[in-house]
Amino acid sequence: MGSKSYEEAIEALKKLMSEKGELKASAAAKVDQITAELKTASSDGKPSDASVERLKEGFIYFKREKYEKNPALYAELAKGQSPKYMIVACSDSRVCPSHVLDMQPGEAFVVRNVANMVPPYDQTRYSGIGAAVEYAVLHLKVQEIVVIGHSACGGIKGLMSFPYDGTTSTDFIEDWVKIGMPAKTKVLADNRGEPLGVQCTCCEKEAVNVSLGNLLSYPFVRTGLVNKTLALKGGYYDFIKGTFELWSLQFALSAPLSVKDVATILHWKLY
Amino acid sequence: MAALAPTSLSKDPLSNGALTRIFGSRVKSLEIQQTQLRLWTCFRSNSGVKLKASAEPPALTREPKSDKQESIMEMGNGCDLFNEMKNNFLSFKKHKYMENLEHFQALSKAQAPKFMVIACADSRVCPSNILGFQPGEAFMVRNVANMVPTYESGPSETNAALEFAVNSLEVENILIIGHSCCGGIRALMSMQDEVDSSSFIRSWVIVGKNAKLSTKAAASNLSFDQQCTHCEKESINCSLLNLLTYPWIEEKVKKGELSLHGGYYDFVDCTFEKWTLDYKGSVMEGKNRVVVKNQSFWC
Repeated sequence: MGSKSYEEAIEALKKLMSEKGELKASAAAKVDQITAELKTASSDGKPSDASVERLKEGFIYFKREKYEKNPALYAELAKGQSPKYMIVACSDSRVCPSHVLDMQPGEAFVVRNVANMVPPYDQTRYSGIGAAVEYAVLHLKVQEIVVIGHSACGGIKGLMSFPYDGTTSTDFIEDWVKIGMPAKTKVLADNRGEPLGVQCTCCEKEAVNVSLGNLLSYPFVRTGLVNKTLALKGGYYDFIKGTFELWSLQFALSAPLSVKDVATILHWKLY
Repeated sequence: MAALAPTSLSKDPLSNGALTRIFGSRVKSLEIQQTQLRLWTCFRSNSGVKLKASAEPPALTREPKSDKQESIMEMGNGCDLFNEMKNNFLSFKKHKYMENLEHFQALSKAQAPKFMVIACADSRVCPSNILGFQPGEAFMVRNVANMVPTYESGPSETNAALEFAVNSLEVENILIIGHSCCGGIRALMSMQDEVDSSSFIRSWVIVGKNAKLSTKAAASNLSFDQQCTHCEKESINCSLLNLLTYPWIEEKVKKGELSLHGGYYDFVDCTFEKWTLDYKGSVMEGKNRVVVKNQSFWC
């Protein structure tokens, strides 16, 4: 292969394509890749954007320091994933669970959205989050779902500040954070007169509980809880104080009470 | 949470005057169930908001059908479950937070990330790990199969995040990262009947249906696995085009204030491919096809 000239190689490829036209798509993808690789390697290529250079350095570091130093782990991961946790965290750039909870590749199936919200079961409006919970619980069979809120959350501040009086100032944000409305209602009732900052902190934690409650509206989550194959936890990362709180939701169904004699019940009611 | 209120009190003629309570809620075919919900705080490193148990279990005087009662975990037992997370957090605090205290304190006042990243929720592809994003660098959305729905499809978690990142945080780059062996894409490619939405997963991945169509058109002769790989990349491009359906995104891209990028992480070979959307080129194609520039391949 090495002794062929560039022209010979191209001729051979053209010949193959004329004989086996069905390989064209595959060939196109491979040629694209080679072109990109060569362009990157060539020293007189256009200087890249600083932001993109940063990504490249990040990837090379990961490959050298993590991937190549743990070949057994990454070979296993390439075959499949079986994370123990599903984490719902905020999209905020400061709260990635890989940093805060030192999550390694393969440990946690992570969903991140504005204000780490889990809406109630609704296949039309909230198929995205529903798909993630369904995949995690039914296919990956995670053991724990952890919803993590955090300090100085822009989404929660929005929830507390938006008037919700029929007017909107955003296309989507107000609609999304409205999921946490039960938390806002509770916080305003319990903390009337407190400054907005205090109310926001309370709401950040209460909203986690609203999300935990909403998780119960997914039948497969309830089944997992009843069968004790799944547990739900709430968390709060305060990056101002450098602290982390963690709590669990206890869920149980007691054995059913069976009353056999209808007439007797009705008799009691009339008493 | 669920509060249970007794609806009637009456004397039980069968048990010598002892009180019987019959609970009105959830009476189904003469069986009465109770759901108990409690919020327990087990581990704290900072006393803040106290969570109280919300519903006390009501007393039952009728014999339950079976002796087995679902047991509620003891406080002591429960603490074992938190040890792993506690150790992980303390490790982060010691090795990262305390070592860069000034940086974290500045960050706690405001975030100014240059990137918005949309990645898959897959446990193996966290961009913080593979691309080394540090706290403060990337506003991140993670969903099944890293999809971006169109503006017209209505409110969703992904577009609320887009709005916040582009209009409030004013990020300079949006990077959509796809990956190999994506379960969501596989589900999309396996779907037989597109109308059947009995599962959430199917209702969501249908966002990528254009990617599936173009994959079937271009690569139907390849094996299913190869088609999935093709679709994983096509889907990134579809999502890039969907980004342009947001008026406030298109406006910024036109002005050169925002760049849209695609990335593909192959964890079988450990390679990363990256490309940038060429806005002018794509517009000339009627925004039906992504024209790319600045392609690079890292291995």
